[in-house]
Amino acid sequence: MDLIGKRVRIEAKGRQFEGIVMPSPTKTFVLKLDNGYNVGFKDYKLLEVIEEEMIPPSLPPLMHKEGLPNVKIISTGGTIASKVDYRTGAVTSQFTAEEIAAEVPELMEVCNVDAMLLYNILSENMKPKQWIELANEIYKSIKDGYEGIIITHGTDTMAYTSSAVSFMLSTPVPIAFVGAQRSSDRPSSDAAMNLVCAAKTVTSDLGEVVVVMHGSTSDNYCYIHRAVKVRKNHTSRRDAFQSVNCKPIGKVDYFGSIEWISDRVRRNERELKLMDKLEEKVVLIKFFPGLKPDILDYYFDKGYRGFVLEGTGLGHVSTDWLDTIRRISNESLIVMTSQCLWGRVCDRVYDTGRYLLEAGVVEGEDMLPEVALIKVMWLLANYELEEAKKLVKVNLVGEINPTSDYDRCLF
Amino acid sequence: MDQIDYDSLGLMVGIEIHQQLDTKHKLFCYCPTSHRDVEESNFEFFRYLRLKRSEMGEEDRAAKEEVERSKKFIYKFYDTTCLVEADEEPPREINKEALKIAIQIAKMLNMEFVDEVHVMRKIVIDGSNTTGFQRTALVAFDGDLDGVGIATLCVEEEACRKIEDRGDYVVYSLDRLGIPLVEIGTYPDIKSPKQAKEVAAKLGMILRSTGKVKRGLGTIRQDVNISIKDGARVEIKGVQTLEILDKIVEYEVIRQVNLLKIKDELKKRRALVINEIFDVTSLFKDTKSKILKNKTVKAILLRGFGGLVGKEIQPNRRLGTEFADIAKMFGLGGIFHTDELPAYGITEREVKALKEFVDASEDDAVIIAAGDALRVERALQRIIERAKFCLVGVPEETRKANEDGTTSYLRPLPGAARMYPETDVPPVLLTKELLDVEIPELIVDRAKRYEKLLPKDLAYVIADSEYYKLFEEFADKIQPTVVARVIHSIPAELRKEGFNIEVLDEDKLRMTLEMIEKGEIAKEGAEEVLKIICKNPNANKEEILNVIGKVSNVDDFIQNLVNQKEDLIRERKEHAFKPLMGLVMKEFRGKVDGKIIAEKLKKAIEEKIKGE
Repeated sequence: MDLIGKRVRIEAKGRQFEGIVMPSPTKTFVLKLDNGYNVGFKDYKLLEVIEEEMIPPSLPPLMHKEGLPNVKIISTGGTIASKVDYRTGAVTSQFTAEEIAAEVPELMEVCNVDAMLLYNILSENMKPKQWIELANEIYKSIKDGYEGIIITHGTDTMAYTSSAVSFMLSTPVPIAFVGAQRSSDRPSSDAAMNLVCAAKTVTSDLGEVVVVMHGSTSDNYCYIHRAVKVRKNHTSRRDAFQSVNCKPIGKVDYFGSIEWISDRVRRNERELKLMDKLEEKVVLIKFFPGLKPDILDYYFDKGYRGFVLEGTGLGHVSTDWLDTIRRISNESLIVMTSQCLWGRVCDRVYDTGRYLLEAGVVEGEDMLPEVALIKVMWLLANYELEEAKKLVKVNLVGEINPTSDYDRCLF
Repeated sequence: MDQIDYDSLGLMVGIEIHQQLDTKHKLFCYCPTSHRDVEESNFEFFRYLRLKRSEMGEEDRAAKEEVERSKKFIYKFYDTTCLVEADEEPPREINKEALKIAIQIAKMLNMEFVDEVHVMRKIVIDGSNTTGFQRTALVAFDGDLDGVGIATLCVEEEACRKIEDRGDYVVYSLDRLGIPLVEIGTYPDIKSPKQAKEVAAKLGMILRSTGKVKRGLGTIRQDVNISIKDGARVEIKGVQTLEILDKIVEYEVIRQVNLLKIKDELKKRRALVINEIFDVTSLFKDTKSKILKNKTVKAILLRGFGGLVGKEIQPNRRLGTEFADIAKMFGLGGIFHTDELPAYGITEREVKALKEFVDASEDDAVIIAAGDALRVERALQRIIERAKFCLVGVPEETRKANEDGTTSYLRPLPGAARMYPETDVPPVLLTKELLDVEIPELIVDRAKRYEKLLPKDLAYVIADSEYYKLFEEFADKIQPTVVARVIHSIPAELRKEGFNIEVLDEDKLRMTLEMIEKGEIAKEGAEEVLKIICKNPNANKEEILNVIGKVSNVDDFIQNLVNQKEDLIRERKEHAFKPLMGLVMKEFRGKVDGKIIAEKLKKAIEEKIKGE
């Protein structure tokens, strides 16, 4: 009989204990005592299972307010959508609009919310298939007339998904990806503030795909990052997300309004259009001293025709790689990016770089390696190879800046 | 009340002790457990904490699952704190050093252990934990201390230190957050104030016997749960010194007994709390009372309460003080009641007008509060509730310990703590290795051994000293009383004289004892050595010996000089200092600190004058 969640009386250590049986991460029998503590026993005797009536939770229905913009929240999982059951300690993710309203009532002062649970997956388990489905779901929602779309997403691969959506979907309305670095079952969670700021963002005069996350360790403001320029640069801090090689688009005050920091695409500037094909046989390879070019052959032999190299410095791999690159470059798109992340690739300074260009490598400008990866996936699926080779160096959705700021832009 | 018969009152007391552990690092990160000055903070940040209504123990989740956007909390960060305290990084595994100390203490209290320790998150949203919860784990249960049952022993993390509370924001210091604590709770088996103090003292002694707990103000705190028959359970928070623990219990019993007497009297009088708040601002338009002038003044009427609001229920605390505590919680200065008026610049005429306005008779009491209109309204509403409870009895509540042993209202008793598993920290199986800790010698037993070498009182003090090991080390090399003087008596005297004895650590004391042992200084010289170290903590042995040598030379020189210049001193009294100082400095300039010379010379001259 599965006892988890049931109230029981047991005998252990020569005494009797009453409590609720908890799921155990180890083999030990874990009981939640009435004083709230969980304790583990190795030897115990079950004396009684006590039947308790459970009161199912219910929430008041949500009323739409006249005059407020309608926003669709699509959840893909991650910590932001999770909720803890204080009885069993289990984390659940139901994610109805009613629940969101209960968790973050301030949201309802900004917009009317409709919610949908598309996935409940950890972000490291996301795949291009889900990116495509998500882009289609957003496309449908915009067609349905929503004035802004919020995507809740695990933070680990949020920038990949948001970049993929950026390339696949031309949008007239703002699409904000938002997540949490502290799970929303904690009183200190950053989820609520990030959501409130995302709601302000998607109801503003903006027409592109962005990431909205904490701008500092304090609960004071969020930054609006262009999806194709943002990176998770810290494992755990609230302000892990930073715009790389440019300033964020704007700054959203938790209690105030949006301050626009740099140029942006306005609402309705672009037309709604979906090009939802992605070539999955594209690989991102980080070069390190001593890495042999065999890795290129391995993928080439498996049918891969898109290669994004994360090279050293200005954009280099060892000259040992030249022969292999020459051999595969006619049939492949090989893009050079830099491990430095900050700065632009330039393969015309050193001989190695010049040889790489001659061998058929394309400079990835100031694109982030992950963004270049997604871009190549999208280009190879939608364009002929030669066209793709040209387009990879062209700024399509803000992924390439024509000029480099002096500012390191560590926002 | 002269003699209180606690048995017949049905007194039940339980105590809960929180003791900081002196571990190398914190419970869930590798930061040191050191205290910092706020001025040393190198960074600050702020957060808000959110709590869903359902987490506050309400049965009906459907009702209003409202989120409370609480106060703003500002946190002071240091170069000795890290991202874990800032809630910007997951906790590390539980500190095994702390766990072992807890196991040791549990063994000393004859407790039974759980097989596997699970770390929990206890929701606390006053901002004192950056996470919004306190990490805590139950390690052992069901112990015994002289017939008093020990219910539980938990290891938990200490909260932030509160620096200031400005109403809409609170400033906290992160240095204290995460220091390991043991929390030991007794069953309500204690039957008298004296026993409460004894149990707490003995628990403290047991804790110190481990040699692994922090010492000093704020490193140990007692909470006390008190109830009597027909009274109510009251939890008193934050008793910082053991000295007043018996008084706390006694005064709480007195308070509850008096509240019950008031209840009986009120019932006899058919008293009634009027459910109305009167705006009486106009009555005090031209008042001389600075507290009421130019503020909104409101009043409530307690029929039949006349004379009782001013009745003392604890030394210097009246029923009215209980009402004033509530007003303070709402950010007001306090209240006035007609039992104490006219006073405080409020005239007899104003009191008469007030009573007429609310239609109060001689038997009634009127309470007024002044300040911001909304706050006054809310405070008086709450005081009406409290006053109504006077007809019921003693309210269950959490109270704050005052220095004199009385208590002030803090908040209603909290419901059951909301706890859920700390999934970031793996459970710890209490293995044989972990449980295999030695039980240390109790301080009382150690004191018995020392009694052979020292007077009884001193023997206990030295056994309880954090430097008792030095005593063991030197007691067979030097006279035991001299060792006791060096490690305890002299530092205690120097502290009184205003020296900073914090610098007298184990190494410094050992150095001093070695100097005596080797005959480098006389035992009488120990005080001078310790003084020199206090003034100059970095001085090494040679430097100290140098100064000591010279100091004795200076003493001789000054004594000779004062004897020689007796005439000058007789003639010019204190004014002889200046010319004589010149003579001493001519001899010792650059060798001995001028300040020390001046001190010595002044003293010598004074003595000479007195000797006349």
